[in-house]
Amino acid sequence: MTGTETAQLLTIRGLTKAYPGVVANSDVSFSVAPGEVHALLGENGAGKSTLVKAIYGLVRPDSGEMRMRGEPYAPTEPRAARAAGVAMVFQHFSLFEALNVAENVALGMEHPPRQRELAAKIRAVSEAYGLPLDPSRLVGDLSAGERQRVEIIRCLLQDPKLLIMDEPTSVLTPQEVEILFATLRQLSAEGTAILYISHKLEEIRSLCDSATILRRGKVVATCTPREVSARDLAEMMVGTALTPPARAPRTDWAGAPALEVTGLSVASPMPFGTSLKGIGFTVARGEVLGIAGVAGNGQDELLLALSGELKSAPGMVRAAGVDLGDKGPNDRRRAGFVVAPEERLGHAAAPGMSLVENALLSGWVRMGLVRRGFIDWAATRHFAEGVVKEYDVRTPGTHVAARALSGGNLQKFVIGRELSQEPAVIVINQPTWGVDASAAASIRQVILDRAAAGAAVVVISQDLDELMEIADRFAALNEGRLSAPRPVQGLTMEQVGLMMGGAHGMHVPEAGAADVLHAEAADAEA
Amino acid sequence: MMGSIDPILLIASLMVASTPILLAAIGELVVEKAGVLNLGVEGMMIVGAIAGFAMAVESGSPLMGFLGAAVAGAALSLIFAFLTQVLLSNQVATGLALTLFGIGFSALIGQGYTGVRPPPTPKMDFGPLSDIPVIGPMLLRHDPMVYVSILIIAAVWAFLKFTRAGLVLRAVGESHDAAHALGYKVVRLRVLAIAFGGACAGLGGAYLSLVRVPQWTEGMTAGAGWIALAIVVFASWRPWRVLAGAYLFGGVTVLQLNLQAAGVAIPVQYLSMAPYLITILVLVLISADRRRAAQNAPASLGRVFHASS
Repeated sequence: MTGTETAQLLTIRGLTKAYPGVVANSDVSFSVAPGEVHALLGENGAGKSTLVKAIYGLVRPDSGEMRMRGEPYAPTEPRAARAAGVAMVFQHFSLFEALNVAENVALGMEHPPRQRELAAKIRAVSEAYGLPLDPSRLVGDLSAGERQRVEIIRCLLQDPKLLIMDEPTSVLTPQEVEILFATLRQLSAEGTAILYISHKLEEIRSLCDSATILRRGKVVATCTPREVSARDLAEMMVGTALTPPARAPRTDWAGAPALEVTGLSVASPMPFGTSLKGIGFTVARGEVLGIAGVAGNGQDELLLALSGELKSAPGMVRAAGVDLGDKGPNDRRRAGFVVAPEERLGHAAAPGMSLVENALLSGWVRMGLVRRGFIDWAATRHFAEGVVKEYDVRTPGTHVAARALSGGNLQKFVIGRELSQEPAVIVINQPTWGVDASAAASIRQVILDRAAAGAAVVVISQDLDELMEIADRFAALNEGRLSAPRPVQGLTMEQVGLMMGGAHGMHVPEAGAADVLHAEAADAEA
Repeated sequence: MMGSIDPILLIASLMVASTPILLAAIGELVVEKAGVLNLGVEGMMIVGAIAGFAMAVESGSPLMGFLGAAVAGAALSLIFAFLTQVLLSNQVATGLALTLFGIGFSALIGQGYTGVRPPPTPKMDFGPLSDIPVIGPMLLRHDPMVYVSILIIAAVWAFLKFTRAGLVLRAVGESHDAAHALGYKVVRLRVLAIAFGGACAGLGGAYLSLVRVPQWTEGMTAGAGWIALAIVVFASWRPWRVLAGAYLFGGVTVLQLNLQAAGVAIPVQYLSMAPYLITILVLVLISADRRRAAQNAPASLGRVFHASS
């Protein structure tokens, strides 16, 4: 059932929302028909999130009009949006780790049934839609993919007319993505409209009926994604043509592997963390090892164990033959390690400190910025200014606080600060997370340049395309274990998915899934 | 020498000794479960103590005294709520200021009440049940507030475990951003929780000045509010463990007083230290499993909530 012009489910006209200093949405118009899968495509900061928050009643637009089935629609809170049949699967911030699955589902419903009935319902519906869940488990113990199932089931139980999904596949393996898409297609066939937010072009091409493309808060194009190429979509999204990073030919460096990790097992220091179990790999000079994995499978712990923030037993980590297993961060820095963690503000950089001070914090060991306990500020400033210049960090100066920089610029600064220390071993977690496409491209390029200059590089990322682009060899983390690294050349998406743990118990939805959902709903009402 | 201590009397008096801390701690438990750290418990207790005392003396009714104490405690906590939830001030600093303010303010109002005797709070009469040997004198001859405090514990436990409002409260304390994204009123709920915590602390203070001591002296809470705060943490935010912790503290307090009276050959200073040391030690041992304790701790505790969207 596809809608005609007169029978749109949701129509948005001229929606505008400004925050101090930035216009998040400017005169945005589009419409979604019942049963349509509509993509909202755009880079980070293009205004997708603000737009869907307005539809879900979390943000009040400054001007513009929304209509639901022809009726004026202006939700002032999520409750009103839910009552109008809108449900949303969030990218972040909507589950409670210390509560169990059933409690989390109940919190997203207006009139939840009693816990025992709700648990039975969750079990039945999740099974029917191929997203099996155990209602009594704590959400904190679930994987990122399972957490997302909780959100989806929570939405389905409200029987939504419009389902909003914000970047749903960033936490799924390729196999899980396929199954999720089967579920979404089934929902769409049952008449549920889906507003699908993503920046992944191939996914949008395979799933969506139509697409609205946003750039800097404005609608720049509307198209049918199946009829245009991914390259055209990318150009519409970014506004310019992108060049893939260039790689220099590999040099064969003699000597012991630059980084050797054997049987690395450490307990996670975080309450709901994943402990590392017997991780082993080697990286030669000039080589890039890409480590994939769904969020929460031990990426943060691996970074901590490699940086030395989390100490391991002697012999587990060696650099160029030297044992660093039980050494802390500064000893490892002296041995040539540089590390860029995922969390830019608070881990990689101190938010309230200036760029000069932040440069000192990680650079003093290798750059000789401290003499007899006193800081050499002139040299530190020179170092920071060099990073800003060489890595094209857009900032009024090195005196500004780290938190004042945009995500992409701060990431360029953090990466630049580490890479300009003439490292022997580079470890980076999520190098381009939340960074716009042109900054991401330049970050990938400098990583490749460092590898070409003889450094061993470990890139941990959840972006498979990124790993395929820059890595020489590929491995995946799954529940704290690392698969055996394989050369990227000739690796298929299916093999990659299996290395990441395959479908994790998900299966294709049953044909009668809608009946299960509605039968259960009818029971609950009766 | 030990024979001079009557176990029946000991248990009866430990229930009385524990009740102020119990009331203050269960109130603070609710506040912390909602994700707010209010270090003003001591201040709210002592303001409750003088407000309850003054109300009871002026009206001649202990019941009016307890009501007044609850209202005064809640009113004081609402200052904290306004500062931390509306003006987004730092919770630790604001709570400490509240304690200092409460101690000074209570001394000011209390000037005319030193040496006055409050109207006696009647004991409950359970009829023939109170005459059962051992159990009667031990458990069934107390004033109503002892039973009220245990009822509050049971009510808070059931509220957090079984009701939807309790679930929302826990959710807000766990992640205020997620709760806000789902459309729950984080600030409103926290203000209500803070007011409940203030009322409970006020009741605890009034119990000190009207039943336990019973008279008004400056600074009479003597750190009871701080012990209540510690008990909440070491009880891993569980209501029945708060009861156990408070009774343990009260029990050791009463026991060491008895030992002092019996003239045991241990320096008095060690005996006076004992309740604090033993309570903390036992609760630390109970909550030794750090992983489980961390799961029960409200993850947003003490963090400032600012609705950005």
